[in-house]
Amino acid sequence: MAEAYIYDAVRTPRGKGKADGSLHEAQPVQLLASLLKAVQERNNLDTSLVDDVVAGCVSPVGEQGADIARTAVLEAGYAETVAGVQLNRFCSSGLEAINTASAHVMSGQADLVIAGGVESMSRVPMGSDGGALFTNPALIGRHKIVPQGISADLIATKYGFSREDLDRFSAESHRRAYEATQKGYFKKSLIPILDQIGMALLTEDEGIRPQTTVESLSALKPAFEMMGQMGGLNALALQKYPEIERINHVHHAGNSSQISDGSGLLLIGNKEVGEKAGLKARARIHSYAIIGSEPTIMLTGPAPSTRKLLKKNGMNINDIDIFEVNEAFAVVPMLYMQELGIDHSKVNPNGGAIAMGHPLGATGAILISTLIDELERQDKTLGLATLCIGGGMGISTIIERI
Amino acid sequence: MIDYSIEDNIAILAWNMEGYPQNVMNDHSYTAFVENMDKAIADPEVKGIIITSKKDSFFAGADLKMMREMLGKDHSQVPVAEAFKESFKWNEVFRKYETAGKPLVAAINGHALGGGYEIALMCHYRIAINDSKTQIGLPEAQIGLLPGAGGTQRLPRLVGMEAGVPFLLEGKKVDPQAALKMGLINELAADQDAMIAAAKTWLKANPNAIQPWDEVKKGQIVARTFYKVPGGNIQSPKGAQLMLPGTALMWDKSKGNYPAQLAIMNCVYEGLQVPMDKAIKIESRYFITLLNNPVAKNMIRTLFFALQEANKGGARPKNIEKTNIQKVGILGAGLMGAGVAYVTALGGMQVVLKDVTLESAEKGKDYSRDLLKKGMSRGKVTAEKAEKVLGLIQTTADAKDLEGCDLIIEAVFENRELKAKVTQETEAFLADTAVFGSNTSTLPITGLAEASKRPDNFIGIHFFSPVDKMPLVEIIMGEKTSEYALALTIDYVMKIRKTPIVVNDSRGFYTSRCFGTYTSEGIQMVAEGVSPSLVERAGTMAGMPVGSLDVADAVAIDLAYKVMKQAEADLGVKIEDQPSGAVVKKFVEELERFGKKNKKGFYDYPENGKKYLSPLLNELYPLAETQPTIEEAKKRLLHRQAIEAVRCLEEGVLRNPTDGDVGSILAWGFPPYTGGIFSYVDMVGVAKFVAELDELAAKYGERFQPTDRLREMAKNGETFHGVKQTAEATA
Repeated sequence: MAEAYIYDAVRTPRGKGKADGSLHEAQPVQLLASLLKAVQERNNLDTSLVDDVVAGCVSPVGEQGADIARTAVLEAGYAETVAGVQLNRFCSSGLEAINTASAHVMSGQADLVIAGGVESMSRVPMGSDGGALFTNPALIGRHKIVPQGISADLIATKYGFSREDLDRFSAESHRRAYEATQKGYFKKSLIPILDQIGMALLTEDEGIRPQTTVESLSALKPAFEMMGQMGGLNALALQKYPEIERINHVHHAGNSSQISDGSGLLLIGNKEVGEKAGLKARARIHSYAIIGSEPTIMLTGPAPSTRKLLKKNGMNINDIDIFEVNEAFAVVPMLYMQELGIDHSKVNPNGGAIAMGHPLGATGAILISTLIDELERQDKTLGLATLCIGGGMGISTIIERI
Repeated sequence: MIDYSIEDNIAILAWNMEGYPQNVMNDHSYTAFVENMDKAIADPEVKGIIITSKKDSFFAGADLKMMREMLGKDHSQVPVAEAFKESFKWNEVFRKYETAGKPLVAAINGHALGGGYEIALMCHYRIAINDSKTQIGLPEAQIGLLPGAGGTQRLPRLVGMEAGVPFLLEGKKVDPQAALKMGLINELAADQDAMIAAAKTWLKANPNAIQPWDEVKKGQIVARTFYKVPGGNIQSPKGAQLMLPGTALMWDKSKGNYPAQLAIMNCVYEGLQVPMDKAIKIESRYFITLLNNPVAKNMIRTLFFALQEANKGGARPKNIEKTNIQKVGILGAGLMGAGVAYVTALGGMQVVLKDVTLESAEKGKDYSRDLLKKGMSRGKVTAEKAEKVLGLIQTTADAKDLEGCDLIIEAVFENRELKAKVTQETEAFLADTAVFGSNTSTLPITGLAEASKRPDNFIGIHFFSPVDKMPLVEIIMGEKTSEYALALTIDYVMKIRKTPIVVNDSRGFYTSRCFGTYTSEGIQMVAEGVSPSLVERAGTMAGMPVGSLDVADAVAIDLAYKVMKQAEADLGVKIEDQPSGAVVKKFVEELERFGKKNKKGFYDYPENGKKYLSPLLNELYPLAETQPTIEEAKKRLLHRQAIEAVRCLEEGVLRNPTDGDVGSILAWGFPPYTGGIFSYVDMVGVAKFVAELDELAAKYGERFQPTDRLREMAKNGETFHGVKQTAEATA
C-alpha cells in the first residue's frame, strides 16, 4: 500500500460568519480558489499532476452548490484535467475529504489529490439545504432528532458538566488562540484573503476575544433554553433519556463554536509524485476511522471513533502527542478528555472553534493544518484530529510527522 | 339524495339524503354525487356549479353505520389494491371535478365537517352563511383518523403549513367568521338566498376558475409541479423551521401513541412535495395504514359510540318514567360541594347549598361567582346568564331549607360518623321520592346507607375534581339502591350534561380503585430503586396525563394514607403490606410530606420556580444498578391498572367492559388511544396480556396475577369487545 504524504497544508483566516464579518464579501468559491492558488504558488506545482480536488461543504446549495470543488478548480486556473468533487459528512466534511483523498492515494488509484473544505456560513446559512433528517416527521419522531445545541446541553446534563466548567474551558480556548496568534504559531498555514484589487480582507482569525474570562462569559444567556422548551424539543429528546428529569441549558454563544467563514486545504500524494514535483513531505496520514453513535445526543461520537481507531492500530491513547478536538460546543472536547483520560494540555493547545470559529465544511482541514504546525513546533510525532458529527457520528484521523 | 336544478345556466346540487338526519359519505351518496356532477359537467348549458344542502347542516362527514361496520372489520385482511381503491374513491372524483373545467362553489349553509368540508375544499370558492352555530373543520384526527378525501393536501396548500398543520392535527372546528379569518372559506353571506346569489355572481365572474395548485398547459388543467405553498414550501428554510419543532411538539403531545397525528404530518410532508395528483394518492395510502392500526378503532368504539350511548343515558332503567328534578340540596360547601352547586345551577336546577355556617356556604357559592366572572371576562357568559345561575343557588346553614329537594348530594368529609349524622339530619325534611346521593370517593355505599331510613333511595354519586371540568360521574349502586334512584340520578347527570357510568358497590368503587393502582405502582417502583424520572416519564409516555408521583402529590399523599389506614381498619391488612404503603406511611408519619398542598411530596415546590423531583427520593431509595427499559416501565404501569379493572368486571363492580372503557378515560385519563382499559387488553391481546402479567407477577408480586377467567379467555381466544362480548358481559 502506498503512503499518503501531506506535502502542504493551508487555510484561510476564519471570519465572523455574519454580514459584518470580514469574509462576508468573499465568494465561497474564491475562498477555495485562493487556497488552490496558494498551494500552486507555494509549491511551484505543476497542476496537471493533481488528479482530483476533494472539498467538504455542508450546505452545498446556492453559490456553494453545483460541485464547488470543480468550480474552484476552474476559477483557480488549474489544468483542466484536474477534477473536483464536493462531499458532505456534516461538520467532519473537511476531514472526511482528507481521509477520502488519502484513501485514493493509499490504494494507488490516484497520485496527488488536494483535499479540504470550505464554508461561507454568512452567505449560505446553516440549514439552507433542508434535508429529510431535519424535516421528515417520521424520521424525526422515530429517532428523536433535535437541534445540536439541545444535544450539547443534554450531554452536559447527563455527564454532569456545569456551566462554569464549560465557561472555564471556553475562556482558555480564547487565551490559547490569542497567544498562538500573537506568537505567530498559525503563520505557516495562514493565507490572507484578498479583495478584487489585492487588498487584504482578512489576515488573522477574527473571532478571538483575548479579554474573555469565566466572569465575562457568565453574563451570557443560555442559547437553547427557549428553543428547547417552546418547541417541545427538550421533551422529544428526553423521551430517549427518560431517566433525566430536565435538561440544564448551559451552552451559550460564548461556549459554543462561532459561526464562521473559511476554508482549508491539504496537498496529499504518494512518494513518487512528491519526488517528481520536488515536494517535501511534512507528515503522513497514519490512519482514520469513522463511527455512528446515538443520534439524539448526537455529539458523543469522537471518543468511540478514537477508541475504534486506536484498537484497530493496536495503539494506546498515550501514544498520541497532540489532539485537535473540534470545539463544536465546549462539552464535546471536555467529555472526550474525560472519557479517554487525556490532560487538557495535550488538547487544542492553540485554542479551537470557540475562539476562532467553525466554518462547517472547512474545519476538519483546518484542524489538520493546525496539528501539523504544532507537531513541528513542539517537535512531536503523532497527532490526532477528531470531530463530532450531525446525525450522530464521530471521526478520528491520526497523522504522523515525518 | 341530491336535488338538481338549473338557474341562470348554473347547476345547483343540493344535498338532501333521504332517511338520514344529515348528509353523510357512504356508497349511496357517492353514486348520487358522481351521477349529478357528471350530468352538470356534461351539460353544455351549465357554466358553473353550486354545491349546497337542503338540510340544516351542509354535510356531516362519515356515515355512522359505515363506521360501525369498520369496527368489526379486520382491515389487515383486505388486499392492498382493493383497500386502496376504496380509500381513493372520493379523492379520485374530487380531483376529477376540480379539474373538469367548470367553476365550483361550495355554499355552506350549516356544519361542514370532515368529508363535508373536504367537498368544500374541492370547490374553487367557498361561501358560508354567517351563523355562529355553524362548525367548519376536519375533526378526523380526534378519533384516530385523517381527513382522507384531500383534506391533508388542500388545506395546507390553501392556508399554509403554519396554520394548516395544527388545524389538522388537533381536528379543530371553527365558526364561519373564524374560518374566513383563517382562509378556510372565502366569503360570508347573511342567509341562504344571499349566499346563492353571491355564488352565482362569483361563478359568472370566474368562468375559468382553477385551483391555485393547478395550471393550464396546452389547454388542459393539470397539477402544478412546483406549487408554492403560502408561507413556504417543505424544503425551504421556513419549512425546516416548521417541521422539526412541529414534529417535536406533536410528538410531545402524542408521545408517538397516536398514529393519526404522525400520518397527518407524513401526508403533509410527503404530499406537499409532489403535484396534487400524486399527493392525494399518498393521503389515501396513509389512510389505510390508520385502518390497519387498532388505535382508530379503539377511539371510535369508545370516544364516539360508547360515549354517545352513555351521554344519552343508555344505562337508565327503561321502565321508569322520566323524573323532573327541580331542586337539589348539596351538603358541604367545600371544593367538591361548591363545584357540584355550580354545575347543578348551570343545569338550570335550584340549588340549596348547605354548610355548618352560612359564611362557609357563601364561601362555597363564591366558587360559582368566580367561575362566572371568568366566563364573562372571556365573553363566554352574559351578565344575565351569570345572574340567573347565581340566583339559583341558595345558601344556608339550616337543614330545614332542604325541604322539597328532589335530590340531595352529600359532599362532607370522608368520615362515616359525620356522613351518618348529616344523612339522618337531612332525611327528616325529605319527601319519599327524594333521592339521597353521597359523593364519597372511597367509602362503600351499602355501609353508608345503613344510616338511612330509606336505603333504597340511597345512592353514590361520585364527582371528580374539578367538578366543572371533569366530564364523568360515577354512579354507585348500593345493595339496596332502587332502579328508581338510579333513573333519577341519571336524569340528573343528563341535566348537568355529564357522562354517567353505573357501577356496583365496593371499596374504592371502580375509578378510585383502578386509578389508585397507577399511583401506588409508580411509588412502588421508586421504592425498588427505579429512577423517579423514569417512572414519571414512563407514565406520560404510556399516555397517562401526568406521572404517578406527580398525581400522587396533586391528590395528596396524606389522603392516600387515610384511605390505606381505613382499609387497614376495615380489612386488617397493615398499611406496610399494601402496595406502596410503606412509602406512603413514611412520607406522612415521619417526613410530613403530604404533596403539593404542603409544598413537599415526591416533588419539591420552590416558591418561585417549577417543581422538581425531590433529591430526597434518591437518598431514601438509591437507584438500583439495573434500570428497567422505558417499555417495561410503561407496561408495568398500564398492565397494573388493567388487571385491576378486569377484577372489577369479574367481581361485578363493573357491569360491562364498555363502562370500564369510558370511565377509565374520563375519570383518570387512562390513555385515550387505547380506547379505554378493556380495549387496551384487547389491543395487547388477551393471551399476550396474560403471559406478560405472569412475568410481571413473578418479578413484582401477586398484584399482577391474572384471574382464572382471564386465562380461560386467553385459551378460548375471547376478547372483551369481540364477538363473544355479549355473553361475556353477563359474567
